[in-house]
Amino acid sequence: MRDWLQPHRIFLCLIGAALVVWCATQMRWDWLPKYAPLMAEGIWRTIWLLVLSTVLGMMLAIPLGLAQAAGPWYLAAPARIFCTVIRGTPLLLQIWLLYYGLGSLFPQFPWIRQSDLWPILRQAWPYALLALTLSYAGYEGEVMRGAFRSVPRGQLEAARAMGMPRHMILWRIWLPQAVRAVLPTLGGETVLQMKATPLVATITVVEIYAVASRVRQDTFIVYEPLLLLALVYLCLAGLIVLLFRQIERRGPMTRRAG
Amino acid sequence: MKRTMTAALALSLGLIAGAASAQTVKVGIAAEAYPPFASQDASGAWVGWEVEMIGAICAAAELQCEIVPVAWDGIIPALTAGQIDAIMASMSITEERMQTIDFSNKYYNTPTVVVGAKGVEMDATPEGLTGKVIGVQVSTVHQAYVEKYFAPVAGEVKTYQTQDEANQDLIAGRIDATQADSIALDAFLATPEGAACCEVKGTVADDPAILGLGVGVGLRKGEEELKAAFNKGIAGVLADGTYEKVTAGYFASSIYGN
Repeated sequence: MRDWLQPHRIFLCLIGAALVVWCATQMRWDWLPKYAPLMAEGIWRTIWLLVLSTVLGMMLAIPLGLAQAAGPWYLAAPARIFCTVIRGTPLLLQIWLLYYGLGSLFPQFPWIRQSDLWPILRQAWPYALLALTLSYAGYEGEVMRGAFRSVPRGQLEAARAMGMPRHMILWRIWLPQAVRAVLPTLGGETVLQMKATPLVATITVVEIYAVASRVRQDTFIVYEPLLLLALVYLCLAGLIVLLFRQIERRGPMTRRAG
Repeated sequence: MKRTMTAALALSLGLIAGAASAQTVKVGIAAEAYPPFASQDASGAWVGWEVEMIGAICAAAELQCEIVPVAWDGIIPALTAGQIDAIMASMSITEERMQTIDFSNKYYNTPTVVVGAKGVEMDATPEGLTGKVIGVQVSTVHQAYVEKYFAPVAGEVKTYQTQDEANQDLIAGRIDATQADSIALDAFLATPEGAACCEVKGTVADDPAILGLGVGVGLRKGEEELKAAFNKGIAGVLADGTYEKVTAGYFASSIYGN
């Protein structure tokens, strides 16, 4: 607790508090009660999109990184191409390609339209989640490639010499050290991922950004919803940073100790 | 490009520098295409009924006008902030908008229709749209109408930045119906994709409090002089036959309404 109360933090907190008080008293907030339920829904949608896309994206990123770092060429090459394409094109474009491209191919097949999956496929969120997941996987696949390479070869060789099977080397030696090495990077990347989520508002997913736009469009109040939106994202970013700090601290072994 | 547009307009208006060369009036149109009222041709020039009408009305009002494309959802803030001086973007005159801005007399008024997928049983009443997914363009009178009459019974109401996106999703089967201006939707139904998928399901019951008193020129409050000038221009094109002549180039019958 003590290291929280450093002078610069107290100073910033005071400035923040003064700003909040000024905004709360001098600006128009009468629209808040009417839109509060919608905003809560929007925040929730932003959070689950973020959490699901990072978790699923990470699950894809590990094999992508492994394939590039140590896989045979026929696995490394496609993984490489995937990461390059995802990282080399704007996320907005990927979202639109999936939603208006892939998504509008489906209804041309009557058997898809009549299937039980159609009520889900006709909605927008699966495409948003898929696009965000692929994007996160593309960036983190590249990060994980470096992470796997950064684990000293000697350790892997030692493990092999001890007679460990390959999957055990991966789960006990290789992956934990690789993930540890990139935890700070992953924290930053997750914040970036959070900041990418408003893009899904363009395909009718009503997350928090879309709610703020809706308030502006309905009431012509411009700054207040945007300021509140900024505050929401700041809080979310703060939560992500704290979460990753906790994970880093709780790890079974720390770099500092090593 | 803006300069050439001004030049072209000035030419077409036959405005001579000497003629009461007051300040240029910046007329804001929606930057998103809304054919056949306003859209860009292959060379990027704005064309359409409304674009021609801006020229005609400004000429009759002896105003020197310059067309400025502004994103639709920010067009009222752009007006109040002074980036533009008038809005001529098929904006309906409504009570809610009148709280923020002023309007000239109407220059057109068209019926509002619901278009839906062929083979799906529905009509333009709350009973007929029960359980259906309806798409509308945000910040339009149609959104307000759908929210009031159809949202309580509809399966879902989805909002789009442009009518084109709603039409796209109607083709893709993600929404069952969309509501808009009959003319905008007629243009959509005239395209091969629109003709293949959809048909007019009916005209909605009128509600002037929401659907408005027709389309007028949006102006800042208190600018009586400019308002009088636009009213004079509108009366002028109606009286001298220019209105009918321009309309004949786009529509089968007059769209002035009653």
